[in-house]
Amino acid sequence: MENEPMSIEVARVSKKFGAFPALDDVSLKLETGELVALLGPSGSGKTTLLRLIGGLEQQESGRIFFDGADAANISIRERQAGFVFQHYALFRHMSVLKNVAFGLSVRPRAKRPPRAEIERRARELLKLVQLEGVERRLPAQLSGGQRQRVALARALAIEPRVLLLDEPFGALDAKVRKELRRWLRKLHDTLRITTVFVTHDQEEALEIADRVVVMNQGRIEQIGAPREVYDHPASAFVCRFIGNVNEVGAAFIRPHDVEITSRRNGAPSLDAVVEFVNTAGAVAKMDLRLEGSGELLEAELPRSREAELALKPGDRAFVKFRDVRTFPS
Amino acid sequence: MRKKEVLPGFGLSLGYTIFYLSLIVLLPLSAAFFKAGELTWPRFLAAVTSPRVLASFRLSFGAALGAALLNAVFGLLVAWVLVRYRFFGKRLVDALVDLPFALPTSVAGIALTAVYARNGWIGRLLEPHGIKVAFTPLGVMVALTFIGLPFVVRTVQPILEDLDADFERAAATLGASRWQTFVRVIFPEIAPALLTGFALAFARGLGEYGSVVFISGNMPMRTEIIPLLIITKLEQYDYRGATAIAVAMLAASLALLLLINTLQRWTAARSAA
Amino acid sequence: MIRRLFLIGAALAFLVLFLFVPLAAIFAEAFRRGAGAYFASFRDPDALSAIRLTLLAAAIAVPLNLVFGVAAAWAIAKFDFAGKSLLTSLIDLPFAVSPVVSGLIYVLLFGAQSWLGPWLSAHHIKIIFAVPGIVLATLFVTFPFVARELIPLMQSQGRDEEIAAVSLGASGWQTFLRVTLPNVKWGLLYGVILCNARAMGEFGAVSVVSGHIRGETTTLPLHVEILYNEYNFVAAFAVASLLALLALVTLGLKSFVEWRMNP
Repeated sequence: MENEPMSIEVARVSKKFGAFPALDDVSLKLETGELVALLGPSGSGKTTLLRLIGGLEQQESGRIFFDGADAANISIRERQAGFVFQHYALFRHMSVLKNVAFGLSVRPRAKRPPRAEIERRARELLKLVQLEGVERRLPAQLSGGQRQRVALARALAIEPRVLLLDEPFGALDAKVRKELRRWLRKLHDTLRITTVFVTHDQEEALEIADRVVVMNQGRIEQIGAPREVYDHPASAFVCRFIGNVNEVGAAFIRPHDVEITSRRNGAPSLDAVVEFVNTAGAVAKMDLRLEGSGELLEAELPRSREAELALKPGDRAFVKFRDVRTFPS
Repeated sequence: MRKKEVLPGFGLSLGYTIFYLSLIVLLPLSAAFFKAGELTWPRFLAAVTSPRVLASFRLSFGAALGAALLNAVFGLLVAWVLVRYRFFGKRLVDALVDLPFALPTSVAGIALTAVYARNGWIGRLLEPHGIKVAFTPLGVMVALTFIGLPFVVRTVQPILEDLDADFERAAATLGASRWQTFVRVIFPEIAPALLTGFALAFARGLGEYGSVVFISGNMPMRTEIIPLLIITKLEQYDYRGATAIAVAMLAASLALLLLINTLQRWTAARSAA
Repeated sequence: MIRRLFLIGAALAFLVLFLFVPLAAIFAEAFRRGAGAYFASFRDPDALSAIRLTLLAAAIAVPLNLVFGVAAAWAIAKFDFAGKSLLTSLIDLPFAVSPVVSGLIYVLLFGAQSWLGPWLSAHHIKIIFAVPGIVLATLFVTFPFVARELIPLMQSQGRDEEIAAVSLGASGWQTFLRVTLPNVKWGLLYGVILCNARAMGEFGAVSVVSGHIRGETTTLPLHVEILYNEYNFVAAFAVASLLALLALVTLGLKSFVEWRMNP
């Protein structure tokens, strides 16, 4: 790619839809070449933030900088932001090849490559996204995963300095989704374009992003590497949203941080009764009812440990927590 | 300040739309109201309530109503047959239903007159039974039936097509007879569309001119429709009289348009639910 | 089975009485005195002049209303603004107005007795009882056709593809010509077909502003009336048959386009 990827800075941006605050004083800095996930439930403002960066919406206040230049002065046409839409927005009457070539073919005459060169580059991109052989098909004749890759190739054709993907895997079934996201990570490692993608799926964000931006109600809750966000959630919201969590009183405990013994071993522990055991899976899952408070606790433990304990519903057990988190309310 | 739009051309396209709409439609239409404004209220009333005008109002409203009712019944039947049954020539029949939209009204007028006159193909059969069509109010109704024919068919047809057959099967499994199924399950579904089609046919019939003037005979007090009366007044250079009647008609048309819009929203809301 | 036959029979009987017999009568009457008399009707210079005027009115009205329809649909379907539903209703207004009233309003605006009348006649500009009046009346009655086809179609297609095109660097015109237009071409054609049929077939509105000057201000539908009122029935029906053929071609094209839109 000829163009250098760029850094993006979002500074104190707010945006309302009617009375609904979609984004509330959001600031964020994206480094050159990183892959960032905007993660949050629907209505958290993640898609709005992505569309603001892409120039598809205008913020009410705050500024966005591309490599230090105010994006307000850069029209959407000149932004060189490759946008991949949630439902792809492929041109339904154009072949796959024409879709991919579009961005090059609408360039002003002076900057437009010759026809043969456009076609060569479009084919090259289709090869990159592993879609050789479907050049002449219409979008309607492709599978969801193929459409997704056409949309990506189309966005890459304009040699974008930033790639923006809105729920890129949202419309795909579970298996294709998993394959495609690993493939996207590999592609990113090859191209090294600054990339932002929006998702509501924490697994997806944690698996492939360099950094995760967790959003809630128009604000950023936490920014950090996946491991950091998972291990050190900055708020109760992040803790609840990322991974499963038990809430015992004001304490947050991950299911895999629950330790179970079948008899009291001297260390301080809580009394509980086993309610449910599921051993079909990579780890064994157990539901326990705490005596006294009556709260339900989910625990995950290695299958070998579960076999050792041999607990059945109704049995008495003792639990203690390896790690407990609390958040100021 | 307006927020910047992502897509270009909003100002240009909206500006041109409003400019052209004003130039071709709104400005000329308002001319009619300005002209009517030259009349005092009593003179306006006198102009629109003279016996000859009232007779033509009665004829136009009556014949349009009769034709719209006939079209409601048979239009529903035609739509039903086109949606539910397969028969030879169905596609051709389906396409020809729109003929009244495509055929110039003067052509329709002379054709209907030729067919329904005393010596015409159909008039000849009716004559021995003492039924006269051409040059009677019945002739006006026949012409308006022709003109309004596609409206009910084309509004009811898509609703019938969308009606899930399981809907009727469900009614049948609950023990409803076919007639009960129609009256209690199907009819309530298509009623808004049927009413819309009826109103459209009625509105069209009220203003229709070309297809009627040949078959009606144009006898004052008997077979003179409102649009013809407007033309007659114009030819006598009675611009104010013509305008007064036209404004009364415009008011009726606008009221009908409002009603039809409401009905269509109702239909849309129904089919969205 | 009997119910089915009865319903089909009743529906067809209705259509035969009100549609098919009148349609057939046009051609029967036109050929009453043989093919010679039929074709002679078209050698009349007044008939030829009526054909020319009809084509002229359509050639002006259809493109103008096409451009309007596209502009209106772009504004209404691709943007949100206050008063949108009012604007959409106003566009349909000409359909609600009686053809005679449609003609009358232009007489009131440009006629000899209007405010503009003295000024127009002082400058030797003739609009009413002349070709411009016919064109204006035709513009009015065919005004909504293209817009009302395009607006719902473009609304249903959303604006994602256009936004995608702009984000890929396309200009407004490139977006419209290469993305929007190909997506609505059949709907556009449908609107144009209906608009053209009405432009060539309008009678009431044109009748009011025409003045019925033979060979000068008569369109084909008006020419039919003149011939008929002169008891020249064969010629009247011959010209009528030409218009009926046009209507049948319109219906054929319309069915074809409908089939292309929903295969």
